Amino acid sequence: MTSALKTEYLTINMGPQHPSTHGVIRFILKTDGEIIYECDPDVGYLHRGIEKIAESVTWQGFVPYTDRVDYVCAMNSNLSYCMAVEKLMGMETEIPKRAEYIRVIVSELNRISSHAVAIGAADMDMGAFTPFIHFLREREHINDLLEMVCGARLTYNYICIGGVNNDVSPTFLSKTAEFLDHFEVVVEQINRLISYNKIFIGRFADVAVVPPKMAIDYNLVGPNLRGSGIKFDVRKDKPYSVYSDLDFDIPVGSGRAGTLGDCYDRYMVRVEEIRESIKIIRQCLQQIPEGETKAIVKSTIKPPKGHVYFRTETPRGDTGYFLYSDGKTSPMRLKIRTGSFTGMSIIPEIARGVFIADLVAIIGSLDIVAPELDR
Amino acid sequence: MDAILLSFGLAPLAAKIISMVIICVIVLLAFVTIGGILTLVERRIAGFMQSRLGPNRVGPQGALQWVADGVKLILKEDLIPDGADRVLFRIAPYFCLVGIFGTMVVFPWGQGVIVADLNVGLFYFISITALVVFGVLMAGWSSNNKWSLLGGMRAAAQIVSYEIPVGMSLLVPILISGTLSMGGIMAAQGWLPWDWMAFRSPFTVLSFLIFFIGSLAEANRTPFDLPEAESELVSGYCTEYTGFRYAVFFLSEWANLFVFGGLTTAVFLGGGNLPGVLEGYTILSVLVYLSKVAVIIFVVIWLRWTLPRFRIDQLMTLSWKYLLPGAFIAFLGQALYMLMTQQIPIVQSVVAVLMFLVFVFVLFRFAIRVRVNMSEQRIPVNSPASDVS
Repeated sequence: MTSALKTEYLTINMGPQHPSTHGVIRFILKTDGEIIYECDPDVGYLHRGIEKIAESVTWQGFVPYTDRVDYVCAMNSNLSYCMAVEKLMGMETEIPKRAEYIRVIVSELNRISSHAVAIGAADMDMGAFTPFIHFLREREHINDLLEMVCGARLTYNYICIGGVNNDVSPTFLSKTAEFLDHFEVVVEQINRLISYNKIFIGRFADVAVVPPKMAIDYNLVGPNLRGSGIKFDVRKDKPYSVYSDLDFDIPVGSGRAGTLGDCYDRYMVRVEEIRESIKIIRQCLQQIPEGETKAIVKSTIKPPKGHVYFRTETPRGDTGYFLYSDGKTSPMRLKIRTGSFTGMSIIPEIARGVFIADLVAIIGSLDIVAPELDR
Repeated sequence: MDAILLSFGLAPLAAKIISMVIICVIVLLAFVTIGGILTLVERRIAGFMQSRLGPNRVGPQGALQWVADGVKLILKEDLIPDGADRVLFRIAPYFCLVGIFGTMVVFPWGQGVIVADLNVGLFYFISITALVVFGVLMAGWSSNNKWSLLGGMRAAAQIVSYEIPVGMSLLVPILISGTLSMGGIMAAQGWLPWDWMAFRSPFTVLSFLIFFIGSLAEANRTPFDLPEAESELVSGYCTEYTGFRYAVFFLSEWANLFVFGGLTTAVFLGGGNLPGVLEGYTILSVLVYLSKVAVIIFVVIWLRWTLPRFRIDQLMTLSWKYLLPGAFIAFLGQALYMLMTQQIPIVQSVVAVLMFLVFVFVLFRFAIRVRVNMSEQRIPVNSPASDVS
């Protein structure tokens, strides 16, 4: 028997000014009451044409722009670009050892702060405001540390082609060690406050399951991929810088609260990566040698003709820089491959048939950062 | 009041009406003040829990912040969105206001301090607060905003669902005291904790817990604040409200917090009962009552800034699958328990003391846990970032 009542889906516009679409992300939802029938992401609200800008600035002049590609983890973006240029110029081996260690220390610090924001924002979207504030407080410490290094708190422009801009002070190293001792405890405390909370697990477990095959099909990277149980990390599988000398694990999701690849797995992978980053920084602090921090690089560089693709592991996952040089002072073409974009592209698939409240959980657990998404 | 007015030579009817108006104004002002102060209290407590200061600029320690907020809201334009149902949109806030402020009639401030000790006081209390549903639903529907509509629907479903377990759990104290009047229920308890309704038997403990959880949901407090879940529904049913009408929603929400604390205290936690020797000191009784209410309010605020929120299906599951059967068990269990121990009051007293001791034990364990947590902290949590670098 068919109903005489005509029913239709409710079309709701979520964003770009919605409180839980951090930054400017927009979804057009077709819902049946509160259950999402179709979710259509609309990207591009934060597009600044960074890739095009690259074609009109010098090779070194583009480093500050990489800060803006992903301002939650600017150091990692710096590192990614600079290493790509170094590879293009064939000077990977000329980078001083001390510079490599400093690069790893600052980018892992930045990874911690980025994951802290990601975890905190996910908590806040679930209605728990306090853990977010606590994570921001801890992030202040990291901002202070990085300010000691380079004078900036968010967009650093610290890592440069050929090394790092200036040496770090012994105080920075000791303060970092002190901070790690403090933060290791704090993470566990905040975990007890929120990550192991039964209501929170109820919200995240079994929601938006991404099976391993789907994760590969949609080209998920970083913690989102590892949340689906696939052990892939550029730092380990294609080691760059000094990561091959360091001992650390790659946390993967195991379906500890529900199904493998659910929101909770992705969330917990980030929490565990914070611990691994702490481990990495501790090793670096012990092994860091004395010496130069910058190789000799001309003020105007002209890399040889050719192209290169270089991948690093940023907090958002496998970030790749494709550079095409025609031997001039600026890149002929530059393309950035980011993790947020693939994270965004999987949302229509996994957000079908979930509640609106779950969509918020999905955005939070995929850690989508608007500037990186749109560049 | 009437007598004073009559002495000015007013006609009896006029005196009656004028005194009523005066009382109404006092009631309104009292609740507005309480609601306003509670917003400030909540923000200060939230600040304390989140390693920040909270409002501390207007007046000493920010004590007048709520006045400034109120004035600011009243000065704002009263905006009605295009396409809204203007009549419903305008009157919706007042349903919320009346629903909450109407409880003032039977609000037991202390021993004998009550505006009207109706013989159906508790029933009146539950009924009048149900008016809030209408206000919320009207606001959600009339705003011509889909987020508001979803918020209003959520609120209606939630409040109606949770009213049932709350009403059922209130039957237990009614069973014990044999009356619906607020004064009567309060008088059926003593000043000692084991004379309170909450600790009479395992079943009253259960009904107290169900009442507490259910009332949290009815008051739209975290973890049940779905109707205005900021991260999901923007601001729920009050998304489109501005100015004074928004202030009215705001006030009734925080006044509701006070009403919730007041009802819990009066029905389950001994109200403003005093030891026999102090009988008759009304002010003391009111102070005892208010301090208990303050503790309840603090616990509610504490929960809000600690817990994440449920999803709508989990919320409904909790109500219909757990709280409602639990409330039935509490009611039947208490009835049987009373039947069986009617002849031996000593058993009742022993069980009551035992229940209280269990409560104290739980508190003690919790305190130890907090101590351990705090001792693990190497750098004090509230140290400013500059101490590190």
